Amino acid sequence: MPDVLTYVLHYEGALNKNSLGAVSEGAARAAEIGGQCHAVVVGGGDLTEELCQTLGNYGATKVFRAKGPEGLAQPVIDVMAKVIDENGHGYALFGGGLLGFEIGAGLAARQKAGVTMEVTTVRAEDGKLVAERPILGDSKISISHYQGLGIIIGRINAFEVKATGGGAAEVVDVELEYSPWSTRASMVTRGEQRGADVDIEGADVLVAGGRGLGKAEGFQLAEDLAAAFGGNSAVAATRAVVDAGWYPYAAQIGQTGKTVSPKLYLAAGISGAIQHKVGMQSSENIVAINKDANAPIFEFSDLGIVGDLNKILPKLTEAVKAKKDS
Amino acid sequence: MKICVLVKEVPDAAVEKRIDPSTGRMDRSGEKNLNPYDTHAIEAAMQLREGGAVQVDEIVAVTMGPESAVRALHKAVSLGADRSLHLSDGSLAGSDVGATGYALSKALAKEQPDLVLLGQQSDDGECYTIGAVVADYLQMPSLTQVIKMDVDSGALRCERQAEYGYDTVQVEFPAVIAVGDAINEPRYPSLKAIMGAKKKPLETVAAGDIGIDASRVGAEGSQVQCGDFKAPPAKAAGQIIEDEDTGETVEKIIAWLDERKLI
Ligand SMILES: Cc1cc2nc3c(=O)[nH]c(=O)nc-3n(C[C@H](O)[C@H](O)[C@H](O)COP(=O)(O)OP(=O)(O)OC[C@H]3O[C@@H](n4cnc5c(N)ncnc54)[C@H](O)[C@@H]3O)c2cc1C
Ligand SMILES: Nc1ncnc2c1ncn2[C@@H]1O[C@H](COP(=O)(O)O)[C@@H](O)[C@H]1O
Repeated sequence: MPDVLTYVLHYEGALNKNSLGAVSEGAARAAEIGGQCHAVVVGGGDLTEELCQTLGNYGATKVFRAKGPEGLAQPVIDVMAKVIDENGHGYALFGGGLLGFEIGAGLAARQKAGVTMEVTTVRAEDGKLVAERPILGDSKISISHYQGLGIIIGRINAFEVKATGGGAAEVVDVELEYSPWSTRASMVTRGEQRGADVDIEGADVLVAGGRGLGKAEGFQLAEDLAAAFGGNSAVAATRAVVDAGWYPYAAQIGQTGKTVSPKLYLAAGISGAIQHKVGMQSSENIVAINKDANAPIFEFSDLGIVGDLNKILPKLTEAVKAKKDS
Repeated sequence: MKICVLVKEVPDAAVEKRIDPSTGRMDRSGEKNLNPYDTHAIEAAMQLREGGAVQVDEIVAVTMGPESAVRALHKAVSLGADRSLHLSDGSLAGSDVGATGYALSKALAKEQPDLVLLGQQSDDGECYTIGAVVADYLQMPSLTQVIKMDVDSGALRCERQAEYGYDTVQVEFPAVIAVGDAINEPRYPSLKAIMGAKKKPLETVAAGDIGIDASRVGAEGSQVQCGDFKAPPAKAAGQIIEDEDTGETVEKIIAWLDERKLI
């Protein structure tokens, strides 16, 4: 069947941008193989008729809405499995992000389907969809073909949000009894912001720090350098150091953090994992300092410095100041 | 309580990973090691045992892989597991994520654990998804990317970073939890533990022994066919400076920035 089912995540009454990207992508690809794009939403009262209908703007013709807990994967698997069983969708598409991975994988088990994650391109080929996934540190691209239901989990930001000007989507309420295990996990608190509320999205210059800074106090080196650049500059971080409590969550770049594209992004002690790269790869100029010549970040930096940041950063800060004063 | 920890043998990080052009599968020859992300899962099991909030009777390391994977099991045992289970069968080769999760769930069903722990990702496959697949087959609640986990009123209280910030989720036993690498600092095994690891019980089972449906595993039983590996569009390589004289290095960086009007 050529129809594509997507999952749309929401939080506090707003639809998730990556999910909207999945809807746009799903609508465009479904059209190429003669199908339609539908969406599933699961949540409470903030999923109003009006909000669900707006998915029509991105190309969804139908929205399946179920009452259920938000922010957990397993209830969504129950809903999607039921919708697919009753409507015979050929593909399930997710926009990346943590829940998409969990739902897509669980759904693959439930429906005995094939699943590909970190997909950057979906193509129509002979009336079917195929998915391309970069592997081995983005050095190769693997192409997936599906037998039966195909589950495609996008890499974050891979699918562009496109308003198609389509009319209101039809909203269909789904009644179901959740699987017993789906109700055995419950959200205690959601979306807690840890650390100060800093703004990195508007900065022209970002000095980003990672585990290579050694400890929370190591961030002083990054802050000093950002201050030397002055003007519109800020300090950003990797998830590894945010999880460790060294730096605020609001400063995190990457898959579960912010997406930035400053004029200058300077990484200090960052390995360049895919989940970090996806949040900063569109920066205009990328400079990296890392003591490991094999660090993946050097694969996508414009200027790479192989060396110890503890030696380089203080001198660089002085030199930037001197240059500014001259 | 019985904890099963899923562990995997992966190519050593220092070895270049590649696809074998003749089979289209990951080339798994060369140096191998225990997936570093799995050491965090073993450590999490050890900390639950030592924490005392719940009585942990047994920690069992479970893997699916070729004969050589016993080394990953020995490593897991040296890090604290009491014994191990090795699912090894030629028919499993080439299994995709769905088939691997199905086969592992059969091995786990034999053990009847109260808690299944695993790593956030395998260093070679990088799918982040085995936990969710296994959980659906075992019909257990599940979370991935957990960076804090405590036993609280007979359930697990887990924290993780999701799309909108940090979530705290209460998960009842039995459960499947994939831990993030920020959850702990794995300990180093003692020499005695390394020497003793080979003497701990290790059971090897074949697919048929645990009721695995042969038509659902291996390359044949997989629902997704991966192939046609192609190279991504080439990106112009950046300039690299090896820092020998830091004063000079900094001068070069400043000149580079200046040229692009970034200062
Ligand atoms: C689902 C999921 C979502 C994720 N989301 C994100 C995300 O949003 N953002 C994110 O950043 N990550 C994310 N990650 C984590 C990501 O995979 C990496 O673990 C993380 O980015 C690594 O952070 P790091 O570079 O600081 O640490 P490491 O990978 O440990 O790298 C530290 C680097 O510092 C270098 N170094 C050490 N000392 C020095 C020195 N003195 N001088 C110079 N260099 C030095 C080392 O050579 C090393 O390369 C996610 C992972 C998963 C699975
Ligand atoms: N063949 C396997 N045997 C046992 N555990 C595995 C296997 N493959 C993956 N795992 C577990 O699943 C986790 C996530 O792997 P992946 O989904 O491949 O990134 C790993 O950290 C392991 O704990």
